[in-house]
Amino acid sequence: MIVEIGHYALVLALALALVQSVVPIWGAVKGDERAMALAGPISVGQFVFVAVAFSALTYAHVVSDFSVVNVFENSHSTKPMIYKISGVWGNHEGSMLLWVAILALFGALVAFFGRNLPQTLRANVLGVQAWVAVAFYLFVLLTSNPFARFGQPPMEGRDLNPLLQDVGLAIHPPLLYLGYVGFSIAFSFAAAALIEGRIDAAWARWVRPWTLTAWVFLTLGIAMGSYWAYYELGWGGWWFWDPVENASLMPWLAGTALLHSAIVMEKRDGLKIWTILLAILAFSLSLLGTFLVRSGVLTSVHAFATDPARGVFILGILVLFVGGSLTLFAARAATLTKGGLFAPVSREGALVFNNLFLTAGTATVFVGTLYPLMLEATTGGKISVGAPFFDMTFGPLMVPLLIALPMGPFLAWKRGDILAVVQRLAAVMVLSVVAVLVTWMLKGHDILPALGVGLATWLMLGSLAEILWRIKLFTEPSVSLRRAVGLPRSAWGTFLGHFGVGVMLLGIVAEGAWKIEHVLVMKPGDHIRVERFDVAFERAVPNSGPNWDEVIARFEVTDGTSNPPIVMEPSKRTYRTRSMPTTETAIETYGLFSQLYLAIGEAQGEGVAMRIYWKPLVLLIWIGTLIMSIGGVVSLTDRRLRVGAPTPHRVAAAALPAAAE
Amino acid sequence: MSFRRAAAALALSLLAGPAVAVQPDEMLSDPKLEARARELSGELRCLVCQNQSIDDSDAPLAKDLRVLVRERIKTGDTNTQVLDYLVARYGEFVLLRPRFNAHTAILWTLPFAVLILGAGGIFLALRRRSARAGSIEAPLSAEEKARLDEILARES
Repeated sequence: MIVEIGHYALVLALALALVQSVVPIWGAVKGDERAMALAGPISVGQFVFVAVAFSALTYAHVVSDFSVVNVFENSHSTKPMIYKISGVWGNHEGSMLLWVAILALFGALVAFFGRNLPQTLRANVLGVQAWVAVAFYLFVLLTSNPFARFGQPPMEGRDLNPLLQDVGLAIHPPLLYLGYVGFSIAFSFAAAALIEGRIDAAWARWVRPWTLTAWVFLTLGIAMGSYWAYYELGWGGWWFWDPVENASLMPWLAGTALLHSAIVMEKRDGLKIWTILLAILAFSLSLLGTFLVRSGVLTSVHAFATDPARGVFILGILVLFVGGSLTLFAARAATLTKGGLFAPVSREGALVFNNLFLTAGTATVFVGTLYPLMLEATTGGKISVGAPFFDMTFGPLMVPLLIALPMGPFLAWKRGDILAVVQRLAAVMVLSVVAVLVTWMLKGHDILPALGVGLATWLMLGSLAEILWRIKLFTEPSVSLRRAVGLPRSAWGTFLGHFGVGVMLLGIVAEGAWKIEHVLVMKPGDHIRVERFDVAFERAVPNSGPNWDEVIARFEVTDGTSNPPIVMEPSKRTYRTRSMPTTETAIETYGLFSQLYLAIGEAQGEGVAMRIYWKPLVLLIWIGTLIMSIGGVVSLTDRRLRVGAPTPHRVAAAALPAAAE
Repeated sequence: MSFRRAAAALALSLLAGPAVAVQPDEMLSDPKLEARARELSGELRCLVCQNQSIDDSDAPLAKDLRVLVRERIKTGDTNTQVLDYLVARYGEFVLLRPRFNAHTAILWTLPFAVLILGAGGIFLALRRRSARAGSIEAPLSAEEKARLDEILARES
């Protein structure tokens, strides 16, 4: 019964979305206040009904109701409770239900926090949001119903894919979806602005917090997925340029560009048309990602949704929204007035530079991901595009962007003085060159990693220098504390965001250049020296868990000091229901950021194949992304963004820090 | 997007055992040659598991290719010769970094074309706009400058 209530609630949510997609927009056209005001309560109602639907499916998973097809296919009575819950979205139908639930959540949040938006804008935004919602409710209900029942309920379920029985699954998809779907708000705002034919700096101020929120979640989601892959798969890699990863990277790159161009729009009333286009692109790329993953169109190892009906349906949604919004853009963009002038060397110029390179980067990932599909569809030719392609194209494209990054925040609006910036960064430049030389001398006269370390130093110290310059630490230390407190939060957010990029780069360079890998067969009693560690295979121990059995390889690791040995226990697990083996790696962190990584392979003769890695500074990759996300959150707390839109007295308050920048 | 790596591993483990690619018994004893073999393996696609290099994949075909690459290296092939040999047998599909030719010209040039065209577009837009609006800031006239100096002097 509860499951049927869930199903029915989802249908009701669709009905509400249908009303919401028409009435408020009609009200905005006719100037009917009551029709426009409907949008708010309906969005909240929509969210309530989807939440009921989602709770119903969760309930079915928690109580292991195997009469529900979705539960039968993805759950098992002995599965631990956390995976029963995360298993709700560990499958196609459930994950699409999560998708629409998050969409409805964002709609309700806009209705709630957007009460001080201009009435027509709010009505149009929520109307457009409902169009997206209608499309995806239909998709779930018509092609991916999670509530379908069996006539004859089976006794036991098939269990969840063992690789997904990990805490990573509990966190990674919700974060990623909050990011993906969050860009729908920027999209709805852009479409609403085009419908109204009016856009101003206030628009950017309303859109920016939503974009920033989505960006923070997407950053965390991608980073989390990357770390999950790193520890779960046992290959020691953290990014594979797989099409499905690229699908999440594209909206991230476009979203990052959007965050930056919206600043120009907010502060200087410039780049309006471009910002609108980016808002459309960011969400279109999210939709593209959903299509690529959910349709199984990629001849990717990931294609586990291979039902063509679904693919065609999402492709329809994609064409409708991307095509529709771009048509609207083409028709209306010219009506938007162009704003502020600026010299090439200026803060605006720097942000345009940022946008140029991020867009080129997005285009690179786009063409690399889709080119094999397009080539095969048009000529039948089959080619592969993999990591070596992206390393050669995307990598070099990002270098100028990273070199320029610390200089941007130093430049003044309208017209900047590049010489003054260089002067202010002179010390940082010297230190970066020193970092290159020291790395080159200490680390085997290898120039590329040395340059990488230099660039990372430049990024970290450069962003630090900017914030220290702003609080006048070197010129007027007596006022520094007061200025540090008075500085707008967005300035601290910028600092953290940029600093995090440097930290991440340092991790990438160190891991890439100085990782050590050993592949060998080991028997109990064997030991091997890896970097400064002595890794000794003690014995193999059988063990069992709630729904799996495993063989643990017990290792003792000494690090060349008198510290007691550390026990590391990689294992090979077999999940009983699917009788599928998985590798559980053992990872030990040394010196805060570096890791020793043990993964067990197949048995070979009397021994077992082992992969042992030393990964210097590898954790910095994810710590860097975490710092970037924290920067986003700090920026969100900036008072000019706090409530979405400034009320009149807040405008006065916000003008001061804005002028100070 | 959601379970991407896990699903990658799922597919792999369906094809073969757990995810450990290059096996100890395949490796060459000369570390220099082995390093070359590993480098080449990262450039070659495992044809059956797709989107995985033979270095990452555990499929039997990937193993065959790894062994083949090492055999060619041992007989004295250069890296290019090894790649040519594999392309002759399996087609361009085996390369993860497609070669530049008529089929892939767009792929290789588009990233840089976007950059150059974008830069050109921005340059033109800036020039057109500043031409229309005159210079961004007219320099101060002598009178204005005198007045500014006066104000600054008063302030300090």
